[in-house]
Amino acid sequence: MTYLGHLLAHLRKDLRLEWRARDSVNGMLFFALLVVVVFALAFDPTAYPTIARQISGGLLWVGLLFASMTALNQSWSRELRNGVLDAHRLAAAPASAFFAGKALANFLFVTAVEVVLAPVFAVLYNLHPLGRTSVLLVILPLGTWALVGNGTFFAALSLRTRNRELLLPLVLLPISAPALLAMIQATTAVLTGESEPGLWINLLIAYDIVFTTLCVLLFDFVLRED
Amino acid sequence: MQTSSSTPSKNTQLFAGLWLLATLAVLAVGYRQAIFVAPAEATMGDVFRIFFYHVPNASLALVPPYINLLGSIGYLYWRGKNPDRAAKSDALAIAAAEITLMLTTIGLVTGMLWARPIWGIWWTFDERLTTYLLLWLLYVSYILLRRLSSSGQAYTLAAVVSIFAAVDVPITFMSIRWWRTQHPGPVLTSGKVDHSMLPAVFWNLAGWAMFSLLTLSFRYLLERRRQRIAVAQAEAFLTDDPAVFAPAAGVPLRGY
Repeated sequence: MTYLGHLLAHLRKDLRLEWRARDSVNGMLFFALLVVVVFALAFDPTAYPTIARQISGGLLWVGLLFASMTALNQSWSRELRNGVLDAHRLAAAPASAFFAGKALANFLFVTAVEVVLAPVFAVLYNLHPLGRTSVLLVILPLGTWALVGNGTFFAALSLRTRNRELLLPLVLLPISAPALLAMIQATTAVLTGESEPGLWINLLIAYDIVFTTLCVLLFDFVLRED
Repeated sequence: MQTSSSTPSKNTQLFAGLWLLATLAVLAVGYRQAIFVAPAEATMGDVFRIFFYHVPNASLALVPPYINLLGSIGYLYWRGKNPDRAAKSDALAIAAAEITLMLTTIGLVTGMLWARPIWGIWWTFDERLTTYLLLWLLYVSYILLRRLSSSGQAYTLAAVVSIFAAVDVPITFMSIRWWRTQHPGPVLTSGKVDHSMLPAVFWNLAGWAMFSLLTLSFRYLLERRRQRIAVAQAEAFLTDDPAVFAPAAGVPLRGY
């Protein structure tokens, strides 16, 4: 079996599990909706359209970040049942294919949430973007991969520790800070139309390349550590 | 397991004592230069003198992350081949992480004390302040990870996070720079510091560097001793020998 074969096998398995249970996507979607509603309680977005444009990029990403964090831990704790993780550790398949398959699956789940959430968000916050909205089609996948790639890695890492739910945000948030900054700035630039998002998109691309490489290289240490 | 090496030799103790005295002497000279010799700054007056403590500590804080990275890479490289060298690398990594935290904390606190009278605010999310805050947060999360993981896995997981953190530092630095700036640019290398102030800067830089090195070595030896105690306790547990537990009495065995 080639590397790609292993990767696709892992991806298929995760997609099939999710298709049968639909736990992560439903949970994330409802969670993100709740975050959007709670933020709307904090200020009235329809009464202040300029402020809404300025801050809703940040709100959208914060909602997605929190929502994806609830699903990331689940995606690994699935593997703990019946000693599946130990079987993976003994398997001859490369550890990084295991990581990449799961990261891709999580990426697809969070993207599905975004596809539903983004229009709802625009309606609830009465958003009229002033920049080119088509650029969001580049920013959203890049930002999602930055969150989910590192998130899947650190969820696997915190799986091996005592306080696994607590540890994931503690490690993920500081390391994702530059990516969060870039995706929020890029989204805000598109929504307000006041600046060009190009620089931030480049930063996101660089961040994704650097950290995906690190994750793939170092995942073996995390999986096989005892 | 030899227990005699858990106490540093007489020579090491003597050297550490002399180093401490030299550090205190250099810091005393630095204090005299900063407070009494250097002239008051043209616009800020005497408030400016905190500069001589803020800049050395904040600048030095950029060095130990690299020591931490080297220790972590060393640990990952040697852990299957040379357990003793791996343990030494890990001790160096945790010592460097804590020194980073110490120096960034001093830099942040002195910066805030300085900002209040000059800028009128304690804190602002400008380029350098945000970068240092994120640097501080990164190494807090590194140290928290070590505390929250069981001792067998802590070393590898912490080493992996350390590599992520070290790669993250320059990216954070650049991204925050593009974001905004309010902090004055680097004054030391731009030649904007008056010559009469340079002795105070360099004496304090040397003093705090010596102090950091002393603390780093001390923390390293402390961690090595903790590692030896943990190994001795594990071996005593295996051989069921209660006598070996005795030297560790009163030493809390934490997964750290």
